[in-house]
Amino acid sequence: MRPISYSRATAVADAVATVVADPTSDFLAGGTTEVDLLRQNVLLPRRLVDINDLPLTQIEDRPDGGLYIGALARMSEVADAAGVQERFPMVAQALVLGASAQLRHMASMGGNMMQRVRCGYFRDATSPCNKRDPGSGCSALEGFNRGHAVLGVSEHCIATHPSDVAVPLMALDARVHTEGPHGRQVYPIDDFFLLPGETPHLEHPLEHGELVVGIEVPGLPMARTSMYMKVRDRESYEFALASVAAAVTVEDGAISDVRLALGGVATKPWRARRAEEMLHGAPADTESFRRAAREELAAARTTPLNAFKAELAQRTMVRVLETLTHPERQS
Amino acid sequence: MTATTLAIGQPTDRVDGRHKVTGGAHYSADVLLVGMTYAVMVGARVPSGRITHIDTDEAMQAGGVLAVLTHENLPGAAAQPPLIPSLAGMPAPGQTFFPLQDEVVHYTGQPVALVVADSLERAQHAAALIRVSYQEMPAVTTLDQGRDDAYEPEAIFAGFVPGRTERGDVEAGLAEADVLVDATYSFAANNHNPIEPSATTAAWDGDQLTLYDATQGVTATQLTVAALLGLTPSKVRVISHYVGGSFGCKAMIWAHPALAALAARHVGRPVKLSLTREQMFTSVGHREEQEQRVTLGADKKGRLLALRHHKLSPTSHFDDWAEPSLGVASQIYACPNYEGVYRLIRANTMTPTFMRAPGEASGMFALESTMDDLAHELGIDPIELRLRNYTDTDPTTGNPWSSTGLRVCYERGAERFGWHRRDPEPRSHRDGNWLIGYGMATAGYPVYGPNNPQRARARLYSDGTAVVQAATPDFGTGVATVMTQVAADALGLPFERCRFEGGDTTLPTIAAAVGSSGAGMISAAVHTAATNLRDQLIAQATADSQSPLHGADPGTVTVRDGRMMLRDAPETGESYGDLLHRNFLPDVEAAGSWSPSAESTRYGMTTFGAQFAEVAVDPDLGLARVRRMVGAFAPGRVLNPKTARSQLMGGMLWGLGQALLEANYMDPRRGRWVASSLGDYLVPVNADAPEVDIELIDVEDAFVNPLGVKGVGEVGQVGAAAAIANAIHHATGRRIRKLPITIEDLL
Amino acid sequence: MSAPHIPSKAAAAAVLPERGPDPVKITLSVNGTERTLEVEPRVSLLDALRERLDMTGAKKGCDQGTCGACTVWVDGRRVLSCLTLAIACEEHEVTTIEGLAEGDELHAMQSAFIEQDAFQCGYCTPGQIMSAVALLKEGHASDDAEIREWMSGNICRCAAYPHIRAAVRTVRDQT
Repeated sequence: MRPISYSRATAVADAVATVVADPTSDFLAGGTTEVDLLRQNVLLPRRLVDINDLPLTQIEDRPDGGLYIGALARMSEVADAAGVQERFPMVAQALVLGASAQLRHMASMGGNMMQRVRCGYFRDATSPCNKRDPGSGCSALEGFNRGHAVLGVSEHCIATHPSDVAVPLMALDARVHTEGPHGRQVYPIDDFFLLPGETPHLEHPLEHGELVVGIEVPGLPMARTSMYMKVRDRESYEFALASVAAAVTVEDGAISDVRLALGGVATKPWRARRAEEMLHGAPADTESFRRAAREELAAARTTPLNAFKAELAQRTMVRVLETLTHPERQS
Repeated sequence: MTATTLAIGQPTDRVDGRHKVTGGAHYSADVLLVGMTYAVMVGARVPSGRITHIDTDEAMQAGGVLAVLTHENLPGAAAQPPLIPSLAGMPAPGQTFFPLQDEVVHYTGQPVALVVADSLERAQHAAALIRVSYQEMPAVTTLDQGRDDAYEPEAIFAGFVPGRTERGDVEAGLAEADVLVDATYSFAANNHNPIEPSATTAAWDGDQLTLYDATQGVTATQLTVAALLGLTPSKVRVISHYVGGSFGCKAMIWAHPALAALAARHVGRPVKLSLTREQMFTSVGHREEQEQRVTLGADKKGRLLALRHHKLSPTSHFDDWAEPSLGVASQIYACPNYEGVYRLIRANTMTPTFMRAPGEASGMFALESTMDDLAHELGIDPIELRLRNYTDTDPTTGNPWSSTGLRVCYERGAERFGWHRRDPEPRSHRDGNWLIGYGMATAGYPVYGPNNPQRARARLYSDGTAVVQAATPDFGTGVATVMTQVAADALGLPFERCRFEGGDTTLPTIAAAVGSSGAGMISAAVHTAATNLRDQLIAQATADSQSPLHGADPGTVTVRDGRMMLRDAPETGESYGDLLHRNFLPDVEAAGSWSPSAESTRYGMTTFGAQFAEVAVDPDLGLARVRRMVGAFAPGRVLNPKTARSQLMGGMLWGLGQALLEANYMDPRRGRWVASSLGDYLVPVNADAPEVDIELIDVEDAFVNPLGVKGVGEVGQVGAAAAIANAIHHATGRRIRKLPITIEDLL
Repeated sequence: MSAPHIPSKAAAAAVLPERGPDPVKITLSVNGTERTLEVEPRVSLLDALRERLDMTGAKKGCDQGTCGACTVWVDGRRVLSCLTLAIACEEHEVTTIEGLAEGDELHAMQSAFIEQDAFQCGYCTPGQIMSAVALLKEGHASDDAEIREWMSGNICRCAAYPHIRAAVRTVRDQT
């Protein structure tokens, strides 16, 4: 880890101004990404601005049935919040299935939105990696890429977005609030995460010094029976190989509304819009679920090692939709 | 004289438990010495080539840096000892290559520089500032790359295991068989990953070197470092009271203890050298990637007529090393015709090494999976098939087993598990989305003995307390606890009045506790020393005119609670303390030395067991989850059932990791391991571990060692992965012939 | 970008003073005792405890947030001290395994770990115990499934997991 200096902020404006003024500075929240990648020599800031004392820890129920989550609310606090558990169980489930209890106490919601990929070639600080060292090439394309993305990939990067909670937030059309050199901004969550395209080093539309201050989740009554399912090799303490966040409403045997997002298989938290479109109005049966899942993954670009993830993602979607629509059939 | 066993066999809590639960147990990196400095190794970034330039300027100028050592300025090694397993008690380098001697790079991660600074952070940062330029050369790092260039070595395992073993006529046996099963199995490489990374703290006092080292054998560290540095062993003291797990990666002595010593001499201050987690993948050996082919021929009743077992695996450029996967698999069943062949590939890796159940875990996976196929094909119950091939003698020698218990293990394991509920038809048990399978396998692990005498010392103080000493460290086996129990019974003292000291080369020499041999050989030494001390005290009492025992035949004297007395007239006697006080003796001491008896070579010595697993498979999502495991083992005398069960349970759960999670692969394009953290190399977490039920089967063994201890460290893993794979076959009808078995195999 | 622009007062703010990168004097409250030390801001809480304060109960297993051996409490919450900067712990209360027992009286969880043989090598044990005690406070130990999941951030390579669960159950059922 390179030498760093340290500042502690107590006001958002000071934190932003300090980072804006110094291109070699980073915000420090929970530290679970920042300190880890500093020690790996992947992140090389000269100065850290500790934002943990900023008043951004609220978890508020909104009158429209939605939520406003402060960026410094910890994952564990959000997972435990009654409003989250009742109104957005898939958010609570995604949080509890992420990382470990210790990491969930540390990691902030804003930091979760900003976490970096787990690609080994990105983390090793030496392999060619377009995300870490633009233009150097992607070592994962022909390397060991079992865990890498099959959706939203480019020839420059196939690293999987690692967040769990961003997946239900994507399904919920959450909005990310920031404070930056140009004041407050609100981003629809789909715009907050960028596809790698030709610029995998750009993961968010943020300017240097722009700080995530909160996440707004609009009310969605059907989310009360939503669920998040995560499939991985190990039972716990592992990133997803495939995950699905879903909420669905069935009327007279047909799907009248559905929200569906995927994790673990794409370069950003993935809203399954194609599948949603196919499911609208379709009978709530296995055949519809399979067709929709197949349609969503039709665009998958796989390698010999990760081809199974396209299949796994489909099956996980089907399982989640069946569980939500026919809970009596599940064990 | 018959030994009374009061402490032995009790489920005594660990004597070091309080230290371990309070943070008071000090491991090698917990040492904080005055003037401490910190060393960080820099590993090669390429698998093969030459260093053309090392730029150390920026590192040298970084704050707090005391030295940068490379092949250009590090003193040469005095001598490279040969690779001999540490149980032999000799210098025991993990590979016959010592780094930082020249500019040649043989494997990724090979140390190319060592930075010493006044703080860990400064040393780590300076290490990142070292720029190494390489002339890269073509490398072979995977089995597939080297398959066509494989060779059959004369011997593996440092010469202890022949490259080829035959008995009978395997071709004739196969030709005669009614049923043939021929299958090839592939195994990912594995890394030990104890939670304590290897670490050495080195300090010189004049020409006297003290090393605090995480090792399975302090003597092994001492002799290896002494040889490499050209020191006489008496000038090297190694201290290792607590070791945070090893599983084989601290069984041999790798480069870092000697590097720490050299660095400390160079800077003239104590040096702490801790490997990083990433370096644990490239510095302490690994279980090699491998492929095994098993061909079984049997008659209609399932009796084996021939077994051919071939293994192919990469080794380093220095050593012909393969874990002996064919060993126990060639002994466990009666089979007249056998052929076992190891083939090796020279690769740009370090020399592979022991990893828990080294060879047994992989070889028995292959054999026991194939046996399950045979059972299925013949429609014979898997346990019945194994009983039909049960052998009372070691098929490799014809010698009788020193003890077995295997039949009882099958019987008791099956009963505890509820094997009779198993419908043999695959896919016949269901629980919602889950298919349920039952599987079993045989376990076996050799009883290894040391090559040279094992020593211990026992001292009794006049207050009636005793201390027993032997140079072994504790790496989780519970050695201090069980040796206290052994000493208490041999001395005739209550457990609470005995204490064990180990982990220091100033104490009597014990070989590295490897190959599940620790409990057997250390208990033999401790028992011998303590018995000698007791006999010495009894002899002194019977010769002492002031003793109530004066004139008695020492053979008629027994000791209980520290009181020597006539067995037939217990009222006649006196305490050890009385004898010592009267004779102005503050303490009395005796040594003990033990070597395996010549008689033991006339027996096959193996620890047997039977493994059972219930696995749930979600065939849609490719998930396999182990619901419960049952093991029955016959490890001879169990010194402490509490710690023994823990070791067996740990071994069985290692089998779970081997079956479903643990894998490392080489990225052949870059010649590097793809997993370099515990986030990539998955070991079981709490949520993966089911309840584990263990039955200890009582067998007496009069030949292995004085107390009949056969060892529990590794047999728990043997067969566990096969039981799981066999359960997966039973659940799904699918036979998976690779480890680990992961989601893509089951979709 | 379609995000709406909302005026803010960021421009009026001050650039904060910085401490470091050379060693700075910090004060930590560890197990109720104030400890002053000179460390570079990059020093982790784990290394500060182990290498500066000679409190080696918290162990370094990975230094990457992947094993849990370094688990301590900050303000009563279990966290990983390897990914926590020491300087960021000023004004917060740090509790380590050394602060768990009351003098010679072991914490019930420590006693339960011994009784249940919930460890072998003992290296992960301080982290396991700090995690297990916090788990009970968090209220996520109602059944074995919960204990398994909520203790999964502490890897035990000796695989004492079933015994660790037994120890947690024992203490849970005492209180």
